[in-house]
Amino acid sequence: MEYKLPFKDYNKALKKNQLMGLKCNNCEAITCPPMMVCSECASTDLSIIELSGKGKIVTFTTTYVAPEGRQNEVPYTIVIVELDEGPWIMGNLIDIDPGKVGMELIGKRVKMGNRVFPGDKYSAGSAARPVFSFI
Amino acid sequence: MRRVAVVGLGHTKFCFNSPLTEVEMLAEAAMDAINEPNIKPKDIQAAFIGNVLGDFSEGQGMVQSYFINDIGCDQIPASRLEGACASATMAIRDAYMWVASGYYDIVLAGGTERATAMGVPLATRTFAMFGDSRYEYPAGFTFPAAFGLLAHLYSDRYGIPLEKLKEQMAAVSVQSHFYGMKNPNAQFHQEITVDDVLSSPMICSPLQLHDCCPFSDGAAAVVLASEEIAKKLVDKPVYIIGIGQASSPNLARQRKYLPRLRARELAAEQSYRMAGLKPKDIDVCELHDCFSIASLIAAESLGFFEFGTAGNAWEKGETRIGGKIPINISGGLKAKGHPIGATGASQVCEIARQLRGQMVDEGRQVEGAKVGMVDTLGGDGVILNLILSVE
Repeated sequence: MEYKLPFKDYNKALKKNQLMGLKCNNCEAITCPPMMVCSECASTDLSIIELSGKGKIVTFTTTYVAPEGRQNEVPYTIVIVELDEGPWIMGNLIDIDPGKVGMELIGKRVKMGNRVFPGDKYSAGSAARPVFSFI
Repeated sequence: MRRVAVVGLGHTKFCFNSPLTEVEMLAEAAMDAINEPNIKPKDIQAAFIGNVLGDFSEGQGMVQSYFINDIGCDQIPASRLEGACASATMAIRDAYMWVASGYYDIVLAGGTERATAMGVPLATRTFAMFGDSRYEYPAGFTFPAAFGLLAHLYSDRYGIPLEKLKEQMAAVSVQSHFYGMKNPNAQFHQEITVDDVLSSPMICSPLQLHDCCPFSDGAAAVVLASEEIAKKLVDKPVYIIGIGQASSPNLARQRKYLPRLRARELAAEQSYRMAGLKPKDIDVCELHDCFSIASLIAAESLGFFEFGTAGNAWEKGETRIGGKIPINISGGLKAKGHPIGATGASQVCEIARQLRGQMVDEGRQVEGAKVGMVDTLGGDGVILNLILSVE
């Protein structure tokens, strides 16, 4: 059985600031990032949709100790955002001072763009990640 | 299904910069585990080994085969299990199943890791491989980041001001170092204070250095036998009476259930149901305190405290010897150390020694402990629980 929306296609769209997901034709839940089946009911009757990329921050952390090859990125802030369509996705928060953010971030409205992690010797190529900024 | 007992224990000292290889550390722990019930390597019928990053730290895959050869077990089946930091618990659970089923009578399970050989940048990179490489790592996701995210979410969800929560988290690390002082195998023998924790360098906000377990080297092993054989070999078999294992999707996909981890609740429920016990029946617990906040989340999901209240319990000493539920009397991952492939076997060794009453000389015996619980978390994605009993 073929993947409706494999990582390759999701990633290609994300690099153009398009956030793609799957809408379940059985229970109407939205799955993002994509999976083989609906994340709620495991149905395979899915349609590809584009999400708004808008939502609110549910939690965050600012990282000061980077993995090998990413030391030049610190400090950086990772957020989990609850999208207006329901799914929670991970990305980075930009246009802030990572060292000065605190609990006031939680609940803030954000919109999505992207930045590309070029990959390293352990990853199979590059991968975009959502980056969020305040609306 | 037959009853299965732990009959032999082996545990190296956990440390930085081990002069021994992963195979050598495991061989040392395994020989101690084999010698304890006075059996020979040729009595072992199969081995189940946790090892996570030998491929990166030593350029060595398939440690299990070289290990088996090193200790003179003649070409028996040996399997490596990988469940990130829960690998050895996974190995012990599988080993249990093979003996319980009647296929084998005596097996060896354990794990080994030499993470410090990688240095911090490569270790941080390779540990992050146990997050989602497609949907988490591109954002710079690491495990301290995972628990930094959970800590802020915990503060928000339960309405505990971050400053207060951080003091509670610090109390976890202070307690771990207190008991680590008494554990001769622990990586750290150094007491710390709440102020030490709160003034240590920031790693992933709000987690500071002393909220985090170290990178570690070490190995641990156990010999499991059927009840019939165990009774012949040792005076006090420690039975595995409950097992549980469950998987999770990546962190964000767990959505509104967070900061609770559903996989732990499922695994714990499986083990409690199998043992016919409830959280109040557990006398001592080793749980997966990879980060201070992880201890609070674990203790609540295992049913020891109400959600949002575990930090208070640590501050009041309810998790110390004499408290409601003594937790991590080994020093935990924080002070004892966390050689990821070995951790679950180390936890089982600790609980088995508590149940045998062998901690008196070290000044950390939970008096009269009869039932103990092991809790191990691996990456985003797997949690295991084991319940052990002398009865």
